[in-house]
Amino acid sequence: MISRAEVEHVASLARLGLTDAEIDQMAGQLNRILEAIGTLQSVDTSSVGPTAQVIALENVMRDDVARDGISRDAALANAPRREGPLLRVPLILEEGR
Amino acid sequence: MPDPLPLADRTITEVGELLHRRQLSSRELTEAALARIRRDGEALNTFLAVGGERALKAADAADVALAAGDTRPLLGIPYALKDIFVTRALDDQGRPDGGLPTTAGSQILAGYRSPYASSAEERFGAAGAVLLGKTNCDEFAMGSSNENSAYGPVRNPWDRSTVPGGSSGGSSAAVAAGQAFFATGTDTGGSIRQPASLTGVVGMKPTYGRVSRYGMVAFASSLDQGGPLTRSVRDMALALGAMAGHDPRDSTSVDLPVPDYVAALNGEVRGLRLGVPREYFVAGMEPGVEASVRAAIGLLEGMGAEIVEVSLPSTEQGLATYYIIAPAEASANLARYDGVRYGASAGDEDLLANYLRTRGDGFGAEVKRRIMLGTYALSAGYYDAYYVKAQQVRTLIKAEFDAVLAGVDALLAPTSPSVAFKIGAKTDDPLLMYLNDACTLPVNIAGLPGISVPCGLSNGLPVGLQVIGRAFDEAMVLRVADAYERAAGFSDLRPPTAHD
Repeated sequence: MISRAEVEHVASLARLGLTDAEIDQMAGQLNRILEAIGTLQSVDTSSVGPTAQVIALENVMRDDVARDGISRDAALANAPRREGPLLRVPLILEEGR
Repeated sequence: MPDPLPLADRTITEVGELLHRRQLSSRELTEAALARIRRDGEALNTFLAVGGERALKAADAADVALAAGDTRPLLGIPYALKDIFVTRALDDQGRPDGGLPTTAGSQILAGYRSPYASSAEERFGAAGAVLLGKTNCDEFAMGSSNENSAYGPVRNPWDRSTVPGGSSGGSSAAVAAGQAFFATGTDTGGSIRQPASLTGVVGMKPTYGRVSRYGMVAFASSLDQGGPLTRSVRDMALALGAMAGHDPRDSTSVDLPVPDYVAALNGEVRGLRLGVPREYFVAGMEPGVEASVRAAIGLLEGMGAEIVEVSLPSTEQGLATYYIIAPAEASANLARYDGVRYGASAGDEDLLANYLRTRGDGFGAEVKRRIMLGTYALSAGYYDAYYVKAQQVRTLIKAEFDAVLAGVDALLAPTSPSVAFKIGAKTDDPLLMYLNDACTLPVNIAGLPGISVPCGLSNGLPVGLQVIGRAFDEAMVLRVADAYERAAGFSDLRPPTAHD
């Protein structure tokens, strides 16, 4: 069973702001889903390796050649906040440090 | 002789012939599709953006090329992109260039204009096809009914009180309703095949790696694959031929030659061994669906295919495996919506508060549920029990498919256990909704190609036959589906709303 506190913890890991009503509803729904997917625990996988992807490709390499990318103005055009040629972001270090 | 279908409802193959004989212009064809969008687009809620003027300009350019004798098969054919495919909408100075916005069906991307084109937009553009607009879909392609779109549900043209399936429901409904001659979808657990089944069109998920994911808004990167939705299998062969192929910008795109899919359609199934996996005829399946699919299998047997019952015992683990792997990958992919670089932002000066509010306000309920499920499955203490376990079962599911497909040429199964259901019928129960994809998601887990082709009606609504093939053997899947389609005669199936 996933508790309300656990739902809040997972939401904070996911940087997802949930309302109290959402947390309550999410706890109930996640428990039902987790119960349904818990059936996997009964499968014997002791001698089975994990599959991360299904095609036999690995380490695709290419030459390191410079090429034109997206222009700065186009890359910044969708920014919620911008200052000249820069993205404006919230402060992550206190001033003076 | 029955009346010919209205122009807007015909296949690419039929209208292409008229275009190349110069009996029809791409402008007329584009106007016919746009007229349907004007007439029914709002009621069906199929499109999130329509670029009529731009489409007519592209049609005029196609007409010039047609007049010069250009024989490319998609030249001048009007089509739509699921709004998961980015379309270039900015010039190098960052100004809107008249291109279409991309939302992925989410509020968090409202007003987003991509600075680059998806591989799909580029490839169909290079093939001369005419882009009409962007189709509605479940938010970030998460859903089986199109009810998770932030822009409202799509309605099924067969019965507007029912869903068109999802997540590519806008595309499937548009193709069914004469609003586009083909459209693209993305299929992570059935999101092309299931809506194709529910709206009576053809939908194909190619082998993982066959079609470039470049410019497809990511949901679950090891499962996502783009593909077309069309009105016939031959049209599918044409559209897939244009969409498939190696793209160095997607490192999971495989560098294999793309065969001539149209040439593979020989109408012949004699001598083929076709497997019927018994686990796909699940308890609780709609009797009319089972009857239609069994009849289709019987028809193929009558045409000379050898039908063999096979078993894929891990099928019942498919749902659980999928609902760990897909949300886990989604939770990582959707971390990019941070309210800083692009997309909606709460505008809070505190970094953490900005993340929480931006994401809390910007994502819908199903997307939040999957981010939570995925974050939980990847979090400390649960990683091995859920995520690694699911990856191990993925190995088993794939191994079973490989073993069975070593002995048969393709598999036959239902696409969806039911026909289209009422809007609202399953929205309160996420698990019930997830069961819609029980027959399609094992195919994504194993990365195989699968197609849904109409195989009749149950209670007046379309049923789909699913054909599943070996990795990179789309040609065989298309051959079987085409042979069936020719013999069954359901290819003129159109919803009642389609008629002019």
